Amino acid sequence: MSSVIKVRNVTKKYADEKVALADLSVDISSGEIIALLGPNGAGKTTLISIICGLTTLTAGNVFVDGLDIEADYREARSLIGLVPQELVLEPFETVMGTVTLSRGLFGRSPNPELIKSILENLSLWDKRASPIRELSGGMKRRVLIAKALSHEPKILFLDEPTAGVDVDLRRDMWRLIKNLKATGVTVVLTTHYIEEAEEIADRIAVIDKGRILLVEEKTVLMERLGKKQLSIDLDKPLSGLPTTLMDLGITLENDGKKLIYNYNVDLSDSKISEILLAIRSEQIQINDVHTEQSSLEDIFIELVTEGQS
Amino acid sequence: MNLYAIKAIYVFEMARTFRTPLQSFASPVISTILYFVVFGSAIGNRMLPIGDVSYGAFIVPGLIMLTVMTQSVANASFGIYFPKFLGTIYEHLSAPISPFEMVAGYVGAAATKSVVVGFIILAVSFLFVSLRIEHVVLAFLFLIMTAFCFSLLGFILGLWAKNFEQLNFVPTLIITPLVFLGGSFYSIDMLPSAWQVVSMFNPAMYLISGFRWAFFGVSEVPIQVSFLAVMLFAGLFLGIIAYIFKTGYRLRN
Repeated sequence: MSSVIKVRNVTKKYADEKVALADLSVDISSGEIIALLGPNGAGKTTLISIICGLTTLTAGNVFVDGLDIEADYREARSLIGLVPQELVLEPFETVMGTVTLSRGLFGRSPNPELIKSILENLSLWDKRASPIRELSGGMKRRVLIAKALSHEPKILFLDEPTAGVDVDLRRDMWRLIKNLKATGVTVVLTTHYIEEAEEIADRIAVIDKGRILLVEEKTVLMERLGKKQLSIDLDKPLSGLPTTLMDLGITLENDGKKLIYNYNVDLSDSKISEILLAIRSEQIQINDVHTEQSSLEDIFIELVTEGQS
Repeated sequence: MNLYAIKAIYVFEMARTFRTPLQSFASPVISTILYFVVFGSAIGNRMLPIGDVSYGAFIVPGLIMLTVMTQSVANASFGIYFPKFLGTIYEHLSAPISPFEMVAGYVGAAATKSVVVGFIILAVSFLFVSLRIEHVVLAFLFLIMTAFCFSLLGFILGLWAKNFEQLNFVPTLIITPLVFLGGSFYSIDMLPSAWQVVSMFNPAMYLISGFRWAFFGVSEVPIQVSFLAVMLFAGLFLGIIAYIFKTGYRLRN
């Protein structure tokens, strides 16, 4: 897939000399959902803010669909929709009023039918005449999305889109994001919910201290860095681990009642068969066998910890 | 040119005005009526005419300018400060809008509101005093230019202000005294000569004088000087706004 956003050697240094982004480069492919993961203060929101025009960059370049975000800011920005992290809305304005304003700001002619369709898709049509202050937090979040979609952007930035929303709404958001992807919209989201990235993202970018630690297809990442663990519950506790099992990388835990074997997800040469044969030859009785796979969260924590060390 | 954006901002700001008609229109009109009652009727009846103009009529242009200047600053400063305060300014900054278009939308709406209030006060003043306007077109032009000029100043104030205290500081402590001391209620000629010289450094005096000339054909300074003053202020304020947008001062990190 072609790159719809190219971030090239971007550095952002604030007046107090704090470096928010350090020579950061990343490509975002057209039509994908990419999740930016990172701890607080990693630079995720700064990166989004620079691409969207809210923050100036100190060095480097950003191209949106081949357009320089500074030299060709009009064309570049008209391709982008932004849903901010905070629920920033005019409390006394109506839903219809604020969404109509957004479309106008982005230089698009009035299109009541489109606005109606967006509000209907977000279950906001019934609330179109309601002042924002009368809406729930979840509805306000949807209004922000409606505003971002009002000018039919090619790229949508979602900064913590499901922060503080209930589980049902979160799943609604995921459905909405997947539907947008199906219509060809590129989605860039930052999130603290690793589960969210695991659920909807095609690719994961991990940022820490203003640097990209990795950008990888989610499935590849899970396979490459994900770990599996084989746990074997024993009928009777062992006083010590037989040498044959020790040589295979087994450890004995839970007062001798459990054998543990860690292996990588993508390793085709795991020693599970040998382990089972060794257990049989040692005449060890088994109660139960189960495996666990590390989540994206485990991988993320490991990456960030490694990066920090 | 993003005309849709200018229109969107303008319509949005005007809608805010019509949501609060008491604050937007009734409040300045009531204040002005009180000025008429106190200065026009109660005190004005005991004042000598200024030239061939009764004191009650003399203060009408000053009262209109007083309201238009303060309202322009208040409208424009609040218009741009409120999105900053709420955080909704993110949308303007991420939209394909040039500084000129943003200024046109906000300043245009602020100036429109002030001019409407000015017209209402003019209409109300006919209820209290006998009034003539010698140069109607010039009076209208001067009113618009002054509203535009002070709306630009208000826009700068709204961009600069970090809190509501700062937002109120300039209108209360700078604009209102300047307008009051700029000859809203008296002719500069009535002042001692030393204070007449001091008044020459008051920018509001040139605008009030020019507007009064359009009404009665008499003024403290030549009308050309008043027009030049408006143009200079507008140019200065536009330059400051251009600098703010270029540097992102208090707008972009």
